[in-house]
Amino acid sequence: MKTIKAISIRRAVADLCVKASIVLRPDVLAALKRALAREQNKRARHLLQVIIDNAACARAKSLAICQDTGMPVVFLEVGSNVKISGDLKLAVNRGVEDGYRSGCLRDSIVRDPLLRGKPGYAPAVIHIDIVPGSNLEISVLPKGFGSENKSQLKMFKPTVGIEEIKKFIIEAVRSAGPDACPPYIIGVGIGGTADYACLLAKKALLRKLTANGERRTADDPSAALGASKRLTAKLERELLRAINNLNIGPMGLGGKTTALAVHIETYPTHIAGLPVALNISCHALRSASIIL
Amino acid sequence: MKKIYTPLSTQGLSKLKAGDEVLLSGIIYTARDQAHKRLCESIKKKKKLPFELSGAVIYYCGPTKTPKGLAIGSCGPTTSSRMDAFAPLLIKNGLKAMIGKGGCSQEVCAAIKKHKAIYFLAFAGCGALLSGCVKKATAFTYADLGPEAIVKLEVEDFPLIVGIDAKGNSVYRARAPK
Ligand code: SF4
Repeated sequence: MKTIKAISIRRAVADLCVKASIVLRPDVLAALKRALAREQNKRARHLLQVIIDNAACARAKSLAICQDTGMPVVFLEVGSNVKISGDLKLAVNRGVEDGYRSGCLRDSIVRDPLLRGKPGYAPAVIHIDIVPGSNLEISVLPKGFGSENKSQLKMFKPTVGIEEIKKFIIEAVRSAGPDACPPYIIGVGIGGTADYACLLAKKALLRKLTANGERRTADDPSAALGASKRLTAKLERELLRAINNLNIGPMGLGGKTTALAVHIETYPTHIAGLPVALNISCHALRSASIIL
Repeated sequence: MKKIYTPLSTQGLSKLKAGDEVLLSGIIYTARDQAHKRLCESIKKKKKLPFELSGAVIYYCGPTKTPKGLAIGSCGPTTSSRMDAFAPLLIKNGLKAMIGKGGCSQEVCAAIKKHKAIYFLAFAGCGALLSGCVKKATAFTYADLGPEAIVKLEVEDFPLIVGIDAKGNSVYRARAPK
């Protein structure tokens, strides 16, 4: 049994909030540079360069990449051999407050969704999973709401064809249009229940962006099935191509770079259904992780 | 690149076309959802507004906290369509320009055309870079709204793209018919 103190978690979360908000993920930056090298449209090229310059500026001045430092979404993968001494959720929320305050990030969270009121830094949305082992992995994903507002969920019939699913995803991106800061990273969750598909779509944004779209070995049950993995990889490629043909482009002003990646995560589901959820991220896809 | 200055004149604006790039210098006011709600309520109740709307520029923006030694923190645009319900009334009452990101409704477009106003796009998701164009930021009103308070900004060479020009032409229309 390994013991991790709540205060260590609080400190780690604080650091991750600052790092995620100020230093653009290297894989996202690399994807932006690859897109710039490919893009033909003059204005799109200029805007991609501005986005890349913004990342450098944020880093140099220790400024948030984007003023919407999001609703912090915190994923905790707690090893079953880990004992946490203290209040885990409290530690996470205090860590968020510490990090957002010290990083001069934005207080965008209202205490009550209906009453609203003066915004603060916390709480985060916290997802806790128990996994084998003796590590605690913490990931912080500050999610901006310009893009979160474009999320979609559709409960398909189990007999639906793949083309219908593709159409739903492409239409969701088309309707997001210029509003959610393209180029996008499209997280898709297929399977599970309505809520679980949404979670998968969000988690898909944590996956590293790669040059050829190759998938990280996922530890979800579906990854064990080679055919399923091949199908989702194919779908990701086809969707990315179709989305990049929408001519939305950076800032919605045209070009081939509408999305940097499409990431699909799947999970077994019920015989009567086929939930598909979409979580769109703007080009400012921010996250940071640590293993304690 | 063409430079423009506040207060904006109808005459100067009429030369700008959707898609043009400009650099704006002068005074602009930040306002987001809740501030818009209050401004419109004040207009409806015939109350005095916190700043002179006639000829003014509103920036759809809620900046981060200001780090030491800087005029302002990260300060990019927020999604304009959330202000669609409020913008026409403000334009009717003299608002000359709005700065945001993404598209606007037909109603906003019509109001812009009718009152010869203008809608600009700022570099979306590039708040760190834009922070460098703000020379001074002064908390102005509605402090209880936190990041949604109205802040008076003095900007210099703030880069913009004309989203909807004074004739009502939108940079998005040809691309994404709805
Ligand atoms: S959608 Fe993303 S990049 Fe755009 S303003 Fe929101 S958080 Fe920033």
